[in-house]
Amino acid sequence: MSVLSVDDLRVTYSTKGGDVPAVRGVSFEIDKGEVLGLAGESGCGKSTIAGAILRLHSPTTKIEGQITLDGKDILDLSPGKLRAARWTGASIVFQGALHALNPVQKIGDQIVEAITVHRMADEREAHVRAGALLEQVGLPPRRIDDYPHELSGGQKQRVMIAMALACNPSLIIADEPTTALDVMVQAQVLKLLRSLQHDLGLAMLFITHDLSVLVEVSDDLAVMYAGKIVEEGPANEVFHTPVHPYTKALAAAFPEIGDDRFRRRPSGLGGDPPDPQQIPSGCPFHPRCAEVTQVCPELVPELWDAGSGRFAACVHATGAPSLQTTNP
Amino acid sequence: MKTETEPIAPSTTGTEVALPKRLSPRKIRRARRRKALSRFWSQFRVNKMGMFGLAIIIFFFGMAIFSIFANKGRLDPTITTNGPILASPSWAYPFGTNLQGISVLSLVVEGSRISLFVGLTAAFISMVIGSAIGIWAGYRSGYSDIILMRTTDVFLVLPWLALAIVLAAVFGANMWVIILIIGLTSWAGTARLVRAQVLSVKERTYIERSRALGGSDWHVVTRHVLPNVMPVIFANTILTIAIAILSESALAFLGLGNPLEPSWGTTIEDAFRNGALTLGKWAWLMAPSTCIVLVVLAFTMVGFAMDEIVNPRIRER
Amino acid sequence: MGTQRYLLGKVVQLVLTLFFVLTLTFFLFHVFMPGDPVRTYLKVQGAKYTPAQAAALKHEFGLDQPVFPNQYARFLKDTVTLNMGVSTIIYPNASVTSIFWSRVGKSLILITTSTIASIVIGVMMGIYGGWRRGGWVDNSSMTSSLILYAMPEFVLGMILLLIFSTWLGWFPAGGYDSWPVHQYTGLAHVADVLNHMALPWITLMLAYLGEFYLLMRSSLLDVLGEEYITLARAKGVREKYVLRRHAVRNALLPTVTLIALSFGFILGGVITVEIVFSYPGVGLLAYQALEARDYSVLQATFLFAALAVLIANLIADLTYAYLDPRIRRA
Repeated sequence: MSVLSVDDLRVTYSTKGGDVPAVRGVSFEIDKGEVLGLAGESGCGKSTIAGAILRLHSPTTKIEGQITLDGKDILDLSPGKLRAARWTGASIVFQGALHALNPVQKIGDQIVEAITVHRMADEREAHVRAGALLEQVGLPPRRIDDYPHELSGGQKQRVMIAMALACNPSLIIADEPTTALDVMVQAQVLKLLRSLQHDLGLAMLFITHDLSVLVEVSDDLAVMYAGKIVEEGPANEVFHTPVHPYTKALAAAFPEIGDDRFRRRPSGLGGDPPDPQQIPSGCPFHPRCAEVTQVCPELVPELWDAGSGRFAACVHATGAPSLQTTNP
Repeated sequence: MKTETEPIAPSTTGTEVALPKRLSPRKIRRARRRKALSRFWSQFRVNKMGMFGLAIIIFFFGMAIFSIFANKGRLDPTITTNGPILASPSWAYPFGTNLQGISVLSLVVEGSRISLFVGLTAAFISMVIGSAIGIWAGYRSGYSDIILMRTTDVFLVLPWLALAIVLAAVFGANMWVIILIIGLTSWAGTARLVRAQVLSVKERTYIERSRALGGSDWHVVTRHVLPNVMPVIFANTILTIAIAILSESALAFLGLGNPLEPSWGTTIEDAFRNGALTLGKWAWLMAPSTCIVLVVLAFTMVGFAMDEIVNPRIRER
Repeated sequence: MGTQRYLLGKVVQLVLTLFFVLTLTFFLFHVFMPGDPVRTYLKVQGAKYTPAQAAALKHEFGLDQPVFPNQYARFLKDTVTLNMGVSTIIYPNASVTSIFWSRVGKSLILITTSTIASIVIGVMMGIYGGWRRGGWVDNSSMTSSLILYAMPEFVLGMILLLIFSTWLGWFPAGGYDSWPVHQYTGLAHVADVLNHMALPWITLMLAYLGEFYLLMRSSLLDVLGEEYITLARAKGVREKYVLRRHAVRNALLPTVTLIALSFGFILGGVITVEIVFSYPGVGLLAYQALEARDYSVLQATFLFAALAVLIANLIADLTYAYLDPRIRRA
């Protein structure tokens, strides 16, 4: 049973310098209890997707395609129904560290706000529930009277998670939840997220640039580049036997401790991600690709079957059409 | 010893500057500076508000330079002229004449010199004092920081015009005293701003690196801190010029200007004192007033535009 | 408690500043002052200058004692007990404090009411302009705010005077009331005073409105870019509560601090505006004292100005403490 279904999502920002196509046709599905990891460098469009699901972008941003959350067509909802769906259908865990919490409001009140806005309880009950939520994420309930500046980075992240659970959502979108944290704290928060997701049977969309984190947490993994998904499949397969050269480079850049391969191979990917307004022709990755072929600058790849449940948008995928047919 | 500096203005596709054939640290620094400046200019050029302000500033500078060569000696108030007294605007006298029959237009052109000179010089003094204190307080920290910042807070709070009146009463009022007074009462804002910027620059690791390599305080400040604080100082100075020009006009309006060295403010004061308001001689009052408003507006707009370029947070909005 | 510590710090700062101001005043008026105060005093009295009298007066004023600490201590004592000497030129022989009592009230009413109005209106417009950024309201307000900011207060006053008094005749050209031409009492007097106060009040209100508008708008725009605003929307909070509970509550804080910094300029504006409208307040008094080189009055006006701004800043600090709940925790 699919909790979130995204079909051919396209998001285009309007800026002074013209239109910026941040997301250029992305489709995926997340079922109940399933975790989908979304990986990619900064600027590939993954955070844009997070905002699009709850329609948090500015009115000037164009969103096309279809987003179905809990059976509701998000892009078609009236403002009132949209507000009702927010947080109850899906909630977001931001990169808590800096200013994701209102500095002049007690954290308890911020959690209570989520509950009372959706009229799930009155003030008093909401406060009790907020305390219970804090306990669930490993914080003492008396901290509901604290202000954000009295908490450490890791604690603030836990508050974000507690807040995300407040309205019993079906889906949690975790947008770089561990990026700004110390490694030790990162591990703790990840463990917390995993156990909560498992215990509560939540669907989760986990967005980050750190592939090694995704491999631990996700069931399925999708790699994004230049606004499109370039490889997807079961997390283990995608990470350990990547097909798309970009995935290979990403995986190599985040060594796993104990994995022999990484110790001996230097890794890194030259160049920068492309400017969304100047995407290279054919396969957008071809200027940086280590396995580029002659057809790559001309052929726009699709997600072809790449074996063992994976799909890759690359000519090297086993299911890609034969090279000869594309030669003029 | 080659030292590094972080880019001063954020990178856009600016014009590439060819590096000179024989590379020396100084030549590299100069090339980098030129590149940063051209990057800055290409961003400033597209800022409509900034360019509009710049155009006005150039216009009035031209007026001031013109007046240096044109009006020498013609505006001595002790000389009576043959012109009509308190004339209304006409073709011959676009802004009318004052009580002595002098064309207000000439007064306005002549006044541009003093108004701009006092504004620029006073702002310069204010910038030097404020930046020095801000850099010292921010870089040194500890006791120097606390003492300097408490002093800055005192000056920040003082009512400047009241203090200016008192200083002028005691020390007399000529152009240089006025320049000093304005400079001495307006540096506090700059000091606070510069200190904040220095504190953020200090966090950057190349400062640590430079000191680890044995860089003296003077070296670190002039080679590393200063180049990164300069853009903020510069943007702030432009805004200070605007305030200084307003201050000069207020002091002149109080009668502290020198009638032999007319500025826009002294013309307004002269008009006011001689009853231009009740007589309805609006051109006499409004011509120099409009100049003040235009020039202050221009510097403010340029200052805001520079702020947008220098301060990335504002640009993102 | 955090609030107490915060306020204590602010009061200490105020006392230090006051001390600095008093010391500065002492230096300026008793060390650097040109002229011989005894000679001036005798002239004002209409008495002849004889060496014996001069010596006696010198002793009475304590001028024969060393500057530090005797004269300084005496100055501090006199100032604190409001014994500020007599006016030498403007109102010869009248005590400075008595001159002040008649003027202070008039200035205070003018400044406080117009400043409060300016702040309230400017802040509300700034919130609206920042929230609905780019609308025609915002753009026209930005332009007029910039123009108002660039205009000296006395120029604005003169424009209003020209239009509404000289040409339209709706308001009088200046002064406080119509005395002695019309000697109103009671309610009629109040109406008369209001009629005279209208133009200078409007001038002062408009003069700083632009600046407050720009400050609030800028603060709000800064805050609207923060992640907790997006979070509030994601939680399903209605737009108007996002604005009130999250955006404004945070944006108001730096605005209060920045507004407090303009109090010094507002006091300067009061001086020039009172001159334009011949409004008999402390500002006009300072101007008259300057022209006449009446040092005792000048000294008093400077101290009054400094004290007024300091108290205004303290009120701003109190307001800040009220608005920022984190202070209670510090």
